[in-house]
Amino acid sequence: MPLIYLLIRALEGELSNTLEIVFRYRNFVLLTNTIALALGTLVVTTVVSLPLAWLTTRTDLVGKRLITLLGVLPLAIPGYVLAYALLGLGGSNGTLAMLFGIEIPRPSGYWGALIAISLYTFPYLFLNLRSGLLQMDTSTEEAARSLGFSTYQILFKVTLPQLKPAFYAGMLIILLYVIGDFGAVSLMRFDTFSYALYLQYSAAFDRVYASWLALMLLGLTSTVLFVEYRLLKGLLFYRSGTGSGRSARISQLGYLKIPAYLFVGGVVVASLVVPLMTILFWMAQGVHPMVWDSLGQALRSSVSASAPAAALAVLLAIPLAYISVRFPSGLSNLIQRFAYFGFATPPLALALAFVFFSLNVVPFLYQTLFVLIFVYALHFMAEAIGPVRSALYQASPKLEEAARSLGAGRFKAFRTATLPLLMNGIIVGGAFVFLSCMKELPITFLLSPIGFETLALNVWSFSSEAMFAEAAPFALTILFFSLFFVGILFSREWKKS
Amino acid sequence: MNSLLRATNLTKFFNPDDPPVVDKVSFSVNPEEIFAILGPSGCGKTTTLRLIAGFERTDEGSIQLKGKTIECPYTYVAPEKRGIGFVFQDYALFPHLSVFDNVRFGLNNLSKSEQAHRANDMLQLVGMKTFKDRKPQELSGGQQQRVALARALAPKPEMILLDEPFSNLDAVLRQSTRNEVRRVLKEAKMSAILVTHDQEEALSVADRIGVMERGRIVQIGTPEEVYYRPKTKFVAQFLGRTNLFPAHANGLEAQTNIGFVMLDKPRKGNVTISIRPEHLTLETVTPSNCDGTCGTVMSREFKGHDITYDIQLSNCRCIVHTDNRMPFGVGDTVVVRPLEPAVVLDDNR
Repeated sequence: MPLIYLLIRALEGELSNTLEIVFRYRNFVLLTNTIALALGTLVVTTVVSLPLAWLTTRTDLVGKRLITLLGVLPLAIPGYVLAYALLGLGGSNGTLAMLFGIEIPRPSGYWGALIAISLYTFPYLFLNLRSGLLQMDTSTEEAARSLGFSTYQILFKVTLPQLKPAFYAGMLIILLYVIGDFGAVSLMRFDTFSYALYLQYSAAFDRVYASWLALMLLGLTSTVLFVEYRLLKGLLFYRSGTGSGRSARISQLGYLKIPAYLFVGGVVVASLVVPLMTILFWMAQGVHPMVWDSLGQALRSSVSASAPAAALAVLLAIPLAYISVRFPSGLSNLIQRFAYFGFATPPLALALAFVFFSLNVVPFLYQTLFVLIFVYALHFMAEAIGPVRSALYQASPKLEEAARSLGAGRFKAFRTATLPLLMNGIIVGGAFVFLSCMKELPITFLLSPIGFETLALNVWSFSSEAMFAEAAPFALTILFFSLFFVGILFSREWKKS
Repeated sequence: MNSLLRATNLTKFFNPDDPPVVDKVSFSVNPEEIFAILGPSGCGKTTTLRLIAGFERTDEGSIQLKGKTIECPYTYVAPEKRGIGFVFQDYALFPHLSVFDNVRFGLNNLSKSEQAHRANDMLQLVGMKTFKDRKPQELSGGQQQRVALARALAPKPEMILLDEPFSNLDAVLRQSTRNEVRRVLKEAKMSAILVTHDQEEALSVADRIGVMERGRIVQIGTPEEVYYRPKTKFVAQFLGRTNLFPAHANGLEAQTNIGFVMLDKPRKGNVTISIRPEHLTLETVTPSNCDGTCGTVMSREFKGHDITYDIQLSNCRCIVHTDNRMPFGVGDTVVVRPLEPAVVLDDNR
């Protein structure tokens, strides 16, 4: 619905004007910039994730679990915090210059955005590749060995081709993040669709052009989704059944362990230590006392929007997951697709659509907390569906039938027999949504009520004006929140398996 | 019309293009009777049970409980309103509730103390009272089975449906649980329908058996009736080992591969007969009894209480169970003699 309003807005302009907007040279620049950033991010994240995934699954490295956890934790760090950290690192008064006397230019533009985005998105690829490696039937590798292939040949002819589905899955998420990213590109002042959209909306007030940019952003997303679908379609046939695959052969690294540890250390330093250190450094520079007051305020705002959004998302996710698990059909699949579409829609485009929608249809709701919470829930609902779905698969439909044969009605049977078993999934799903809402920037930016300042908004606005010390407390709060949650969620997952 | 439950022409299609999974199934269950539906897997017996419970809707036919229609294409009483208990193949105990709370689950129209009283009684009945605070996961399969039974019995349903109740138990437990379930049902004066693919189970637990083949009930009778007087080849073979012979009948006598046999009912012309191995015995060949139908012992399997012989006759084989004193060994020439009249099957071919 809101997307239709986006379209209406976009078509409002005169035809000649519209044509001029659509075929503007600047759009071409934005497109190439966005694609260049996406491809660059894919290369960097692959270079980081693939060795990391292999090291944590197939080698005799000590502390593989810890390394895995450290490889997952960057998920918790929002792109704008990483961008902030990188900005605060360089320059003549940056962290490096002050602490070690090393002066590097302040990263910005393409390279700055590339590094920031890569550092917070690589865990998605890492996790996918890792589970791909773990699930792979290693007897195919042994078969290749018995046919006389060398280790390197096996890697390129057997192992990597089998990792393709995992790679594409991770790639999809990363591409969606790159296209949708606003925080990192805006702080690095790198011209992508998202950044241009923001500029149009906030500075130029050219609503028609902003709508067109949003539509182009959506078009780009759809293209990615379509390509991914085509790539996976042919591949799924190659996947063999789970079978009773033997556990993988563990490579003895020997003295190669030293470079392996160095590599892991490098990744950890870049993705975790640097942001943390930069934040702490700037914090130590002295923060204006007024900032502390607004910190409490911002924290309250963040929670007051995130907590109801998480609850709403879970509430929407339960029936969706239930229908798709218990009554699988084309229709229920389609309904669930919509949830994922909400996730795939670039947040700025989604938010913009809702700005127009609420202005035109429900003006009394425009810039209210209600719309913000609703859009949060819509965007992040997909994160809640996953855990709820997998919990539902554990709860046999027989339990509900048993309850009904014992005299419980349809709804009561669900409440008493199934719901208690979903609690775990509901909590995990709700926590994911809550965390995502806490970190969320672009939606908050466009839809938050006037004077509503969240943690994320503060980090961004202070950093964009190079007030790194003032941004530090907000960034640190988000960081601790996120690391805490992600740490807990993943250690929970592991305990189960 | 004093039967408790009556199913008439139940028919269920899962796919309109395929033959029905349940095809015009009719039977009735009397008060306090244990009725078994016996058939190979995929014959539609579990679907029949789920129709009775109300988990599936019928496409044709009807079900009456105490004379009241609870299921037909136009009437549907929800499962929770039927007063029919269900014991699932995998027990479906609520994993988040204790044994006691599982049994108490269906009792919420009673007061707290009545609930506790009834649940305790039921646990006592199935001998699980000492485990009342355990979680289902902490019980063995046989114990879970008993809790599931107690849970289904607790709300005093009109009848209980048991779906393959013993299939998840190991062989030793199966025997004892079988007797236990029968005892509990009889003690509770409960009618039950039991679905199983195990003929021994059906024969030993049920009062009456309906044998099901490809969606249809092909024979209903007491265990003795269906075992000794099978109507079709399928029933004869499904209920135990048997010998099927082509025969030429003339009244109550017939000429077969093993010579002249008596028949259970008069027939004329070519028929198929069934004789259980224990209704045959072996004799030494003498000039008087050998009418050209003697055979050779191909194998002898001594099983303690009896011996199973495999006999090669002129143009067929047959199996004979004899008492454990039978002296013949492999290679001996013997005469096979029937001890009882053979059963004439309806499906001649």
